[in-house]
Amino acid sequence: MFGPEQGHFALALACVLALVQFAVPLWGANRRDARLVGLAPYLAVSQLIALGYSFLCLVMCAVSDDFSVQNVAANSAVSKPLLYKITGVWGNHEGSVLLWTLILAVCGGAVSLFGRNLPDILRGRVLAILGGVSAGFQMFCLLTSDPFDRVFPAPMDGQGMNPLLQDPGLAFHPPILYTGYVGFAVPFAFAVAALIEGRVDAAWGRWVRPWAVAAWCFLTCGIALGSWWSYYVLGWGGYWFWDPVENASLIPWLTGTALVHSAIVVEKREGLKIWTVLLAIATFSFSLSGTFLVRSGILNSVHAFANDPARGVFILALLAIVIGGSLALFAWRAPSLTSTGLFSPISREGSLVLNNILLCSICAVVVTGTMYPPFMQLLAGRTISVGKPFFDAATIPLTLPLLLAMGVGTALPWKRAQLARTFSHLYAAAGIAAIGLVLCFWKLSGVLPIACGALAIWVIAASASDVLRRIGIGHTSAQGVWERMKHLPRSSWGAALAHIGAGITVLGLCGMSQAQHAIVEVHIGETRSLAGDDWTLLDVHDYIGPNYKAMQADIAIRHNGKLVTILHPEKRDFTTQSQTTTEVAIHTNFITDLYGVVGDRHGTGKDTTYVLRLHRNPLAPWMWLGGLVMAIGGAFSLSDRRMRIGAPKRAAARNMARA
Amino acid sequence: MTRKTRRLWIVIACLACVGSAAALTLRAFSSNIVFFMAPSQVKANPPSPDRTIRLGGMVMAGSLHRINENGTPVNAFEVTDGQAAVEVHYTGILPDLFREGQSVVALGTVQKDGGFTASEVLAKHDETYMPKEVADELKRTGKWDPRFGKAPDASSWDTMTAKKAGG
Repeated sequence: MFGPEQGHFALALACVLALVQFAVPLWGANRRDARLVGLAPYLAVSQLIALGYSFLCLVMCAVSDDFSVQNVAANSAVSKPLLYKITGVWGNHEGSVLLWTLILAVCGGAVSLFGRNLPDILRGRVLAILGGVSAGFQMFCLLTSDPFDRVFPAPMDGQGMNPLLQDPGLAFHPPILYTGYVGFAVPFAFAVAALIEGRVDAAWGRWVRPWAVAAWCFLTCGIALGSWWSYYVLGWGGYWFWDPVENASLIPWLTGTALVHSAIVVEKREGLKIWTVLLAIATFSFSLSGTFLVRSGILNSVHAFANDPARGVFILALLAIVIGGSLALFAWRAPSLTSTGLFSPISREGSLVLNNILLCSICAVVVTGTMYPPFMQLLAGRTISVGKPFFDAATIPLTLPLLLAMGVGTALPWKRAQLARTFSHLYAAAGIAAIGLVLCFWKLSGVLPIACGALAIWVIAASASDVLRRIGIGHTSAQGVWERMKHLPRSSWGAALAHIGAGITVLGLCGMSQAQHAIVEVHIGETRSLAGDDWTLLDVHDYIGPNYKAMQADIAIRHNGKLVTILHPEKRDFTTQSQTTTEVAIHTNFITDLYGVVGDRHGTGKDTTYVLRLHRNPLAPWMWLGGLVMAIGGAFSLSDRRMRIGAPKRAAARNMARA
Repeated sequence: MTRKTRRLWIVIACLACVGSAAALTLRAFSSNIVFFMAPSQVKANPPSPDRTIRLGGMVMAGSLHRINENGTPVNAFEVTDGQAAVEVHYTGILPDLFREGQSVVALGTVQKDGGFTASEVLAKHDETYMPKEVADELKRTGKWDPRFGKAPDASSWDTMTAKKAGG
């Protein structure tokens, strides 16, 4: 019922359905044949069902320990807990490609179900583009990385999974991150459909924005989760390493954030149309190249490419078709799109343009920093690398004006603003930011952390004061405030929340720039102090876990003689994989993280010493908390009535009439 | 505001932002690019002590020892590419995958006395795995040809060179 052959067949079936989903609606839309176009949603849903079945088959193979399947044998083992048998399915290349296409099919299904108010032709074309992308990647899956490949003879037990990946945070990180990546396929499909149609208007902006916001929320969560994982699993006390894999998720996040903002201008003022279409194409292109070039390591090491040339060539060809094709279409059709809305530089539109320019500049810097080393390697043969110092020096100065503009932007009216009037709304926020600046001078050291900290407080204060002003705090009665609160659009609440979240994240980053750590070698009972706390190693004992041997330390932390907490960091030795992992112990009060790691044991008897690493990380949880608040803001904005049931009608329903 | 003036504003803003981004990138590149060097290259022309480099090679077997500086454990080991060896000092917990006789990449600076102070040590424990830079360096110096099996033990490289030089 759920064997690998059935799964393989379902995958092939889904691939064929996706091809039909690509060809038929496009042809139908060209011929203005409503019946052919109307097939698109049914095709999308049946493709989703076939692919869902295929994915379920792979999960069942892993759960039932079918080691005759190459993929399961290489990545699973009998002793692995059930949860990780399931999540291990997407912990490898083949499974993750399958998950990737499954999420793409889910997007197609969602457009079919929730896109009932779209004009038929536009929906048909959007689904056709999604189907085309799906078909390409399912073919990639079938031809070069088949997850259902059998192996003969079947081994008695699998090789097991990297113990580092046996972690709940990482188990759910890829699906969320992939949903973010793949979600941007929908705005991409809308952009391509609009280019084919030659029409972008306010209604298009309104349709495309919820999809962009939803994808952005998932990507934000995915990045935050990934960063949190590296903080508490890798045990280096760091949260972001600027390595290509991380940058691959940050780049589409930056352009996606720009897209979410520029789509507002299309929706409200019919401006920035060409730019928004280009951003939608760019965001998905970055997502694609991010997942498949950087994550698969093709770009980083020539080895990955040489080991499996078919795979690399296929992926490059696929990327060339999708990205090159859409950009060629853009170059051909974009000049026919004209903007109508006029605005002065000091206006809401103007601030959104500035936001876009700054975000794209930061993105350009990150792309340069990520791509320069492999290109240097390829062209000049010199091995170089760029890391945190480069990215800090190049991106933070560009973030400062962005933060400054974030506070002002939401307070500006559309079309034309009077600066004096706008600033009169921002006195309170500016006052709070000034207090924040003093606070930052007192608490933080370094010019950039102080500036960033004060600006983050400014963003939070300005966003909060903007909402308070709109609901009339201080101007109207309590009854009036309540009425206004109810009538303020949820998207305004969402925007304010998202901006506050960004401020919280930046504050967390500023706090982390002041992190302190010490590496000590101590006997049992010895005490060391770090930044006002006394850390005492109480005891170390060994125990045996389900599939590992562990050494656990008890470290007591006292502040002015009062016990704060006892940390239990561990070092685990996985015997089957002969691999060691470090289990960090973290105590948090949401202001400061106390972070302890136990290292090697040296000597014997009375002379036994242990190496410990102790970290004090101020405001660390705020980084991820801010990400969560940003995503909640996005979700709030998604729940806006306008987005859900707005059912916008186009100015003139030409398409319907002609169809 | 006419379409033309608005366009002018946008173009000016774009140029200003992209220009400053380019300037920042170039400035950051000039001071923050980290070059990969093999021990023999470090010995031949040592980089200035304020320049961070990535030093790659094999950890010489039997070279790892620990120095305790006022309760701070310092790991000292030698990294070799077969022609020269550099003593690396690293304060901290060595990665779980660090082994003698296996490849390692250390990030840090070369001191005036020729020693190397690492701020970060990266290692990967695997029979076949070797950082690409290390593998290239070994192939370049003729210590290892991947067609004839896996890399020789790091501790033997110096003697291999010495023999060649002598004979």
